[in-house]
Formats: sequence, C-alpha cells, structure tokens
Amino acid sequence: MEQVKRRLSCIVCPMSCQGEVTLENGSVTGITGFTCPRGEKYAREEVVAPKRTLTTTVRISGAQLPLLPVISKTALPKDKVVDCARFLSNIRVQAPVKEGDVVCADILGLGVDIVAARDLL
Amino acid sequence: MMNDYDVVIIGGGPAGMAAALSARKTGAEKVLIIERDRELGGILQQCIHNGFGLHRFKEELTGPGYAGRYIKMVQADPSIDVLLDTMVLDVEQDKIIYAVNPKQGMLTIQAKAVIFTMGCRERTRGAIRIAGGRAAGVFTAGAAQRMVNMEGFLPGKKIVILGSGDIGLIMARRLTLEGAKVQAVLELMPYSNGLTRNVVQCLEDFDIPLHLSHTIVKVHGKERVTGVTCAKVDENRAVIPGSEFDIECDCLLLSVGLIPENELSRTIDLAMDSLTSGPIVDQFRQTSLPGFFAAGNVVHVHDLVDFVSQEGEIAGNAAAKYALGQLPKAQRVVDIEATGGVRTVVPQHLSITPESPESVRLFMRVGKPEQRITLVIESAGKMLYTRKLAVAKPGEMIVVELPADKVCECTNKITVSLVK
Amino acid sequence: MTIPTKADVVIVGGGVVGTAIARELSKYDVDVVLVEKEPDVAMGTSKANSGILHAGFDAKPGSLKAKTNVRGNKLYREIYQDLGIDIKFIGSLVVATSDEEMATLNELQVRGRENGVPGLEILDKETVLKREPNLTTNVMGALWAPTGGVMCPFGATIAFADNAVVNGVKICTECPVEEIVVEEGKVSGVKTAKGFIAAKYVINAAGLFADNISRSAGDNSFDIKPRKGEYVLFDKTVANLVNTVIFPTPSKVSKGILVSPTVHGNLFIGPNAQDIDDKGDMDTSPDGLQEIIAGARKTVPNLPLHASITQFAGLRAATGDGDFVIKASDSVSGMIQAAGIQSPGLTAAPAIAEIVIGILQEQGLILTKKANFNSQNRHKVKFHELAHNERAKVIAQNPLYGRIVCRCETVTEGEIVDAIHAPCGALTVDGVKRRTRAGMGRCQGGFCGPRVTAILARELNIPVTEVRKDTTKSYLFFDKITDEVQSNDE
Repeated sequence: MEQVKRRLSCIVCPMSCQGEVTLENGSVTGITGFTCPRGEKYAREEVVAPKRTLTTTVRISGAQLPLLPVISKTALPKDKVVDCARFLSNIRVQAPVKEGDVVCADILGLGVDIVAARDLL
Repeated sequence: MMNDYDVVIIGGGPAGMAAALSARKTGAEKVLIIERDRELGGILQQCIHNGFGLHRFKEELTGPGYAGRYIKMVQADPSIDVLLDTMVLDVEQDKIIYAVNPKQGMLTIQAKAVIFTMGCRERTRGAIRIAGGRAAGVFTAGAAQRMVNMEGFLPGKKIVILGSGDIGLIMARRLTLEGAKVQAVLELMPYSNGLTRNVVQCLEDFDIPLHLSHTIVKVHGKERVTGVTCAKVDENRAVIPGSEFDIECDCLLLSVGLIPENELSRTIDLAMDSLTSGPIVDQFRQTSLPGFFAAGNVVHVHDLVDFVSQEGEIAGNAAAKYALGQLPKAQRVVDIEATGGVRTVVPQHLSITPESPESVRLFMRVGKPEQRITLVIESAGKMLYTRKLAVAKPGEMIVVELPADKVCECTNKITVSLVK
Repeated sequence: MTIPTKADVVIVGGGVVGTAIARELSKYDVDVVLVEKEPDVAMGTSKANSGILHAGFDAKPGSLKAKTNVRGNKLYREIYQDLGIDIKFIGSLVVATSDEEMATLNELQVRGRENGVPGLEILDKETVLKREPNLTTNVMGALWAPTGGVMCPFGATIAFADNAVVNGVKICTECPVEEIVVEEGKVSGVKTAKGFIAAKYVINAAGLFADNISRSAGDNSFDIKPRKGEYVLFDKTVANLVNTVIFPTPSKVSKGILVSPTVHGNLFIGPNAQDIDDKGDMDTSPDGLQEIIAGARKTVPNLPLHASITQFAGLRAATGDGDFVIKASDSVSGMIQAAGIQSPGLTAAPAIAEIVIGILQEQGLILTKKANFNSQNRHKVKFHELAHNERAKVIAQNPLYGRIVCRCETVTEGEIVDAIHAPCGALTVDGVKRRTRAGMGRCQGGFCGPRVTAILARELNIPVTEVRKDTTKSYLFFDKITDEVQSNDE
C-alpha cells in the first residue's frame, strides 16, 4: 500500500487554510486542516483533478469601455486555463451586455460557459 | 452655485458607496457621492479577478461584479446624488467642498458631515530608490492593471515584478493569461506580502519563480527597459555583495506597497497615524475634526473589500447621525495602543458614549510573521480578549470583535499585543 | 515630416543654449532652422540639472563663464515674465564649517565683486541659523548672494523654443545631424537623417555631442567629456527644509552637493560629479545616491529621505580647460561654436545668445531687426494657480480645464491639450510632463500616465502603442496578443 501525504494551501477564500490530504493508491483517504466543507472539497479535487476559475476580458464594441471582464461560470480544468484565456483574447462582443450573459458557451468543449462579469450598456 | 447636503462622500469606491447607503438608512435626507472617474466602483472596476464578496454577498464575485451590486443599490435611491468625472480640489474645516468637472465647472458644496473615502495609491519607484536609467517600461502594478483590464494594452511582453503584494501576484497571472511571459517575482522580505492563495494560484500554477529576500539593484535600458539586475538581501535588507544576477525583461512592474490617499486630510490638518498613514479615527470612524469621517483604504489599507464596505457603513451611519445632530458626544476617550508585535490598530481610540454601547471591531496588522502566538487585548491589567493564532502575517489583517460590555468597562488605555 | 531644404542659419541642438540662440535670432529678418535629434527640446543636459539661477561669484574673473553668468542673470529678470519662465529669486548661501572654509568665502566674495555680482555679504553663524534653522550647527558663516535663485531648466528651454517658433524659427525634431558639410573651408549646409539643409552659417549648440558635430566639419579643436551628476527629488511637503539655495563651500575639485528648493516647490539634493565615457549613460547608481545623501547631510543633517519621490542623473558637457567655448571656428568659416556649456550654462544662456549674434555679424551675416517681433509667449493657463472665480472662467471657455488629469499637481486636460498644440508642442509623455507638471508629483505618473498617453494618442491622431515616453523608440504600451496581432507580426 502506497501512502502519500500532500500539504496544500486552500485557495477557496482569503483565509488560505493550510491542510493535508492523504492519498492511498491514488484515492483520497484522509483530509485534515481545512476549516470549511468548501476547503475540503477543494483539497479533494486539487489532488485528483485540479480546477481553476478563469477571469479575463474580451473585446466589446459599442460600449463606453473597450473591454468586458468575463468569468468562467464554474471552474475549468487547471491545465486548460491558459488555452481558454488565449481563445477568449480573439472574441469580440457587441454592447449592450448584462452581467451573467453568456459570452462564450461551452468553451473549447469543456462544458463550461464564459459569462460577462458586469453590465456594459 | 451652492449645494447643501447632509452627508458628502468623497470617493465613489466600495467604502464610499457603502457609506452613502448606510447614511441614507440612518436617515440622512440628501447624500452626495463625488467620484473622479467616469463611473462608480473605484479600483474594483479594474480588479477583474474573482474572490470578492464572500463575507458580504456569500458568493465569490469579481471586482466589477461586487461594484455592480453596490452601484445598482446607489442608483436605486433617488436621494443619493452622484457627481462623476469630478475632482475635489479643496475642503475647508467648516465643511465647504470645492470640486470641479467639465460639465458644471467649479462647484461649491456645503455639507453637514463629510466622509473621506479616497482609497489609496501605489508606492512608486522613486519612493524605494531603485538605481538605473529611466527607460520606458517601468510601471506600478495597479497602473498596468488598468491598462490591461480596462484600456486593452499590455505594459510589456517579458515581465519582472518587484513586490509580492496581492496586486503584484494577481498581475503575474493576469499577464501570463494575456500571453506575456512573467520571468520572476522578487520580494524584499523573507515572506510574501500577499495572501497565500494568491501565491498558489497566481505563481505556482504557472511555474513563475518567487525569489524571497531579493531586490532589484539596477534597471537596464536606454529607451525601453532591457533587463534588471537582482540581488539577494540579508536580514537587514541590505544587498549581499556578489549575489547579483541579471534577468532579461522589457517591463518592470512594481507592487511595493499602498499608501492611503490623504492629500485632502492633510489640508484640513486631521490628526494622522504615522504607521497606517491614515487619519486617526474612533470606532465611528470620526476623525480628529468633528463631522469629518473616514473609511476604507484611506484609513488603513485593507486586504478584503468586504471589510472596506463594512467600514463605510460604520462611517455612513455615524456621519448621518452627526448631520442630524444625533451622534452622542463622547463622555470619555479611551486610546487603543498597538504594542508587542502588533504594528497597527484601527480604530486608534474609542469614544465612550452614554448610549447603550455597541460591540467594536478592531482591525490589526502584525509587524512581522509569527507562529503560534496569542493575541492579547487588555486594559489596566484586565484581560478583555485573547485569541490563539497559528500564524500571523503582516499581509493578513487580524479582525477581533470586542463585545459591548467589555467596551463599556474600559476606562484606561487599551493595549493590543502578541504574546508567545 | 519634411524639413526645409535651405536656411540662413542652422542651429544644431535644442537645449537651452540652442533655443536661446534661436529666440535671439528670431528678432531679426533671417531664416533659422533648429535641428534636434530627440523628439523634443530640452532632452539632454537641459532636462536634468540643478535648475539654479547662479549669482556669478564662482567663475574666474574675465572668463566667459563669469561674464555670461552675471549678464544672463540680469537678462532673465528682463525676459522671464514675457516668456513665462518660472524663476524664484530666493538667493543663495555658501555655507562654511571651518576656518579654512571661511577663508574661501572671503575669496569668493572678492571674486564675485570683481565679476560684478551685486549684494554679496558674509553672514555670521547666528544670522545664518536664524534664516536656515535646519542647517548643521557646525556652520561658522555663509556667503549670501541675493541675486541667486532657482528656475525651471526645461521650462526655460521650452519657453525660448515656443517664442522662437512664434517668430518664424522652424524646429525639426528627431532630426539627427550626420555631418556639417564644408566646401572650400566654408560651411555649405547640414546633412541630417531627414535630408540636407543648405546654409552658410551653422551654430553648434549640440551639448554633449558638440565635439562630434565639430569634428564632422573638420574642426577637432575641443573634446566633450560627459560628467554625470545624480539627484534626489523630494515631495512638496518637505520643501520648507531650506529657504534658499544651500551650497557647501566649494573645494578645489567640486562645487559640492546642494540642498535647495525647486522653483515648483519641491526640494532636491545633488549633484555629485563623475567623469564617464558614455554620452548616453544617465543611470543613477546606489553608490552615487549614497554619495549625494552623505554630501547633503554635511550642510543639512536631517534629510527627509522618506519623502523622496524620484532620482535622476544628468550629464554636464565638460571641456578640457573648463571654460565655455563660444567663438567662430578657427578652421571652418561659417561655423560658430557654443560648446562646453556646463554650469552655469542655464543662467548664461541668454547672454551666450547675445555673444553668438555678435559673432554671426562679425562673420558677415547681415541682421536687420524684424518690425513685428513678438517678445511674449501666449499666457498659459495654470489651473492650480488660479482663484476659484478665474477657474470657473477658463472652464466656461474650454470645458477640458474642468477635468483634472494629474491629481498630485492639479493639472487639467485642457492644459495638457494646450501643451500638445503649443508652438513647440509636446509629442511625448515626458514632454507633456515638462510643460504641464502632469506626472511630476508624488505618484510620479502612476495615476495620470495612462491618461496622458490616451490624450496624446487622441490629439496626435496616433495609436496608443505609438505614444512614447521621451526618446524616439521609448514606446510605452503594446497591443494585446491575439491571433490577429500575431499574424500581423509575422
């Protein structure tokens, strides 16, 4: 039985809890040190399939600003974050846009929508 | 033209908007927010990353998302006037405010109470004296953030960041996502000044090296920056000779600290705290000049916008009461002193009033990182509060709620300190 | 931009000397072209120096330095209001801290009187400390020069340039000179990167590069050795540390490190003096900064280092024998040297211009006064200096005066637009800074820099990515990297 312990800093909230995940043969058998359920969930995912929320901008026409901030509706696979950002750098939308409007559906086939993070009228 | 208001708020960022809403809730009839930018929201509008509002809205918002929620509330209240694209030029002790904008020209505004919510600004290269030339390509991280996130331009393509404060870390990730190469982040101190989560998700995720106990000794380049010379520093932050090495880059971003923006506070001679660089305030966020209040980063630089909003609410509530003649006079004033490892505390004193006292939140920062210590709050030898802390870092504010009965008991100076 | 193909006189170099000469020549009916290699005037020695209006007691009696210093000091008083040059006549003190230095003060006083400097007086310790309470208590006495002062070095240069342009001088920027063309011992014109300008007279006011220019014409009579001086500039909040220009007593090798208010209400210390080889090296160094801090502490021990806002270095255009070189070339007819102009060159500039005019006449150029010479620059709106009712008036005329762009120095968008469209207008962010003070304050352009960049792009009708900080290729921002842009790069 191979047992591995990994120390992690939680990134869910600014508390930045330090915790430890125990892995046995690739599956999580113990989590300690995180002070909330969201932290535990993060730790479990982080050792198996790490995910990150992406925030970036897309270009917008017809608004008082040239850029619209956007956010991934749910977290993306960590290793796809840069690809998604590069993809979004080529997108242009037309004002008006409301916060939550989908700017790019199912980005790179990952099943995650990219939505506007603010209104731009 | 003279305009009369109960409460005038200078600065329409998170502190200012929360203050306006709270002043209205308390009963102020005419409230004005003066904002120099083209829209409300302040620095939040350029902070497009997520992580805002967990306390306030119980969800993780982006900066513009957080600002947007407050902007909608402000816009929904017809008794809150907003002047955009307007700069306050002068404030007088009798609460006359001189402001200017292109549409209305010079404005003279009479307030019953004034709230300062001007936020903070960035320390610059000059303030930290980096040698070298003055080639293009040296920017403060916040200025670069505005260019990247709001104007749509990059400050460089090969970047070195000095300072591991949160803005520096966030910009490392931001520029990486924009296709630039972030060569390294350098930090003078032996620890990062940013939140741990940002070190993880902004640097480690992208394999960006973080060099602790390092600084930049020279910037190279005649027209555009071509590189920097870095060096290791000893425990006294002095450069260790022979440790120098060069990093190639076309851009140096500085994230070397934020300073409360108190130009106006100084013109009316508010008593200032030399450690926070903000005005000295009581628990109502009233400054040394009656009727002048302050909240948010203008008082002390916060880590979390949620607390900025909360401070705005405190100030807005108290300013409205002052304007309505309902803010009780202090029976006595109890100073709060930061000692023994605690560097700053806000508020700096309590105004004990005859009204039923309320609990008071103390915001503290430690001077250097500590492990396994106890935070002790006492007055005249009497323990008011203790809390064991696994870690305490200068970059992470400590917040303590002092219960109402304890506040009421205090007659002497309160001290806050760290005990091993 | 095309440049003129001929002129009566070509001036090489847009520093304070070149522009003062241009302005002086613009009083006469001649075709004058000034060529400058950088995108703006005041880009060399004229942008980074002490900004002192020297009284004139330093230089050796009879030297060109002595004559032009005292004369220049007088001339500025006559023209500074017309041209809108910022000067404060606050006087200067040379501080002595030993018997030996007191003896030097006496020598300086004698020398100054010989040079014609009015009002020199040696003050005792008590009087000095009463005037300047922050001086070292080791002070034994000081030489008071009431005609000393502080002025804006690039402001003077720009003011001369503006007035010259108004009166018909053409200024060609980004126009480096490749060669002074000489035929049969006489100047026939100037070959520049932008084309040839035929001219019989060339004035060499090329500052640090004056020896290169002279050599291109075949005159190798002098060398320019750059001598670097570093400075630290402080916030306005500490400007009251001293009330006058404070010099230490000069030693045989150097005038020493000054502590002085600036004309715009900051405080500065510097310069040191370091002989270097590279005429483009304006780097500051940690050692140099330590040297000037230590030097300044000798006269003013308690320096407010926490309030420093920037450091910079400038290069003096030093010659071998130390005096100015103002004369007709010995070997090339039609070339006039105005070279080796180190301190007190800023003070001397208008007097140097008078001498150069005289030499041109001796060389056969016929100069007749213009009937319509306009001696005044258009009055600039300086929003922060105006009273509230005056502010309301200017905003009513132009709403852009109602938008503050630089919050540290209270500079409006209207003033920035004025600076860009001035007779000798700003093309760069630093050019705007030197004309309006936007970006000169404690945040050093952190807030207004991106905004000034956007205004320049709009007014000059160029993309933001083509806006420059100061020099020809000092671009500030790049387009975001998208597939579109990447394919354009390839």
